[in-house]
Amino acid sequence: MQRSIGPLALLAVLAAASLLLAVMVGSVAIPFSELTAVALGQGNPLHQTLIFELRLPRALAALATGGLLAVAGALMQVLLRNPLADPYVLGISGGAAVGALLAMLAGLGTFVVSGSAFAGALLSTLLVFGLAHGTGSWTPTRLLLTGVVVAAGWGAVITLMLAVSPAEQLPGMLYWLMGDLTYANSPAAPLLVLLVLCLLLLPLGRSLNVLARGSLQAAALGVSVRPLEWLVYIMASLVTAVAVTTAGSIGFVGLIVPHMLRLVLGNDQRLILPACALAGGTLLVLADTLARTIIAPEQLPVGVITALLGVPAFLFLLYRSR
Amino acid sequence: MTVLRAHQLVIRIPGRASGYPLDLAFEPGQTWGVLGPNGAGKSTLLHTLAGLHAPRAGQVSLDGDDVGHLSRRAVAKKLGLLFQDRHDGFPATVTETTLIGRHPFLSPWQSETAEDLAMVDEALATLGLSELADRLVSTLSGGERQRVALATLLTQTPSVWLADEPTNHLDLHHQVETMALLSKQACRGGTVVMCLHDLNLAARWCDHILLLYANGDACWGTAADMLVPEALETLYDQALTVAEIDGSPVFVPRA
Repeated sequence: MQRSIGPLALLAVLAAASLLLAVMVGSVAIPFSELTAVALGQGNPLHQTLIFELRLPRALAALATGGLLAVAGALMQVLLRNPLADPYVLGISGGAAVGALLAMLAGLGTFVVSGSAFAGALLSTLLVFGLAHGTGSWTPTRLLLTGVVVAAGWGAVITLMLAVSPAEQLPGMLYWLMGDLTYANSPAAPLLVLLVLCLLLLPLGRSLNVLARGSLQAAALGVSVRPLEWLVYIMASLVTAVAVTTAGSIGFVGLIVPHMLRLVLGNDQRLILPACALAGGTLLVLADTLARTIIAPEQLPVGVITALLGVPAFLFLLYRSR
Repeated sequence: MTVLRAHQLVIRIPGRASGYPLDLAFEPGQTWGVLGPNGAGKSTLLHTLAGLHAPRAGQVSLDGDDVGHLSRRAVAKKLGLLFQDRHDGFPATVTETTLIGRHPFLSPWQSETAEDLAMVDEALATLGLSELADRLVSTLSGGERQRVALATLLTQTPSVWLADEPTNHLDLHHQVETMALLSKQACRGGTVVMCLHDLNLAARWCDHILLLYANGDACWGTAADMLVPEALETLYDQALTVAEIDGSPVFVPRA
């Protein structure tokens, strides 16, 4: 336990630094010296509005979403005993995307788009779980195959919807599909979900370590495998649904962050899961800050930036690893 | 002192409708060898005894309690199982891997204590793995991994030791060391049940033998009664020559 405090403290400092950076840079740069005044309710009213109504909510939403995605990815990798798993591998983002695009096609507002995305994610989760359960046994391979095939099905539906959509709606849809935090201005719900998730996972860490060595070995060492797997599946699915609803389907965070941390910190879930929450959040805050400043006033889809930042960082760590 | 008992137990083998029911007690201090041809159900029997597979009929009891009704944790505190194959999906060091043997004894909120780590060090020393403590398991040879698995079982300190081919991948020296280690657990009042392919290891180290036939038949008894050439030739459908060396029978297959 003592040896996890160092890395977690460092990651927490990095997360705080990324939040500071995110509120300082933008179309109007706010100097560091000005921040304390703004925090105390003084200073330039424009800066007040910029920070408290625009940048901070968006940065906090990014922090929560990134954290949720990274933790969900790490959980899916342990659940499926497959290092290639990510939060979307079981088709959750596909279901959410179909829900969101349907709402956009119908010309409904942001709120309905989010609700519809959440409903799509849950529908996909239930569909995959029901089908994988089937009449036979429930194995990680079977769950993975069902998820991948259902995801491919959603992919086809998404392509079909894009093909028949009116041209003026396409950019909004594509941005949603690539992940976009422009409308993520209410961070309270995802932050709360992330906090609850981390608290729930706290006592499960060692059992997950044992589960990563296979379900029979875990059962022989006293883990109630089936209830634990169900719990992990339900938690990972729900938090992915919350993340997708907040910011669209942002790729790479859930796949790359857990692996980067494992390469550096080892594979003790008691350390990796909270570290994922912090590092995933930091990565997404930085990526979103870049996405809205690189070609300002235009914004890039944040999913593109997470991939462009994450891929070289991951390859570097992999190259250096034992 | 823990007694593992099979009550009219028929194991579940795909494609086999029934079998001869096993009704026997594995008592403290006994070392059992389970012998049989490929596919006879040796591993399935061990998994069923550990409560990991449901039996087709009958039940398994651990100190009188049905293993199917006990919590996994309660079973794991008394009974340990060495698997024939292992999954090393994620990188982990030898020490980390051995430490999971303490899992059943720690509550969800506890982390491993210095005492647990000392047990790991001792187990690694017993199996000659101290030098490899910080190596990743994925970089070890097959025999070294087998010894890591044995070290994990040692840290679990069970009363009932189920071992599926414990000498797999091991060189001659480590085969003997491993058998001596398991035999020592029986001397200390443990119960050892192991699947073996090597008749000569069984003859030298086991005092009780369970023969599982490919058609679902079974018979069991003391090693002296069971390790007779006629029974073993039928069991494996293989002609054998028997010699006696140092007071133990030695079985050699005839071409």
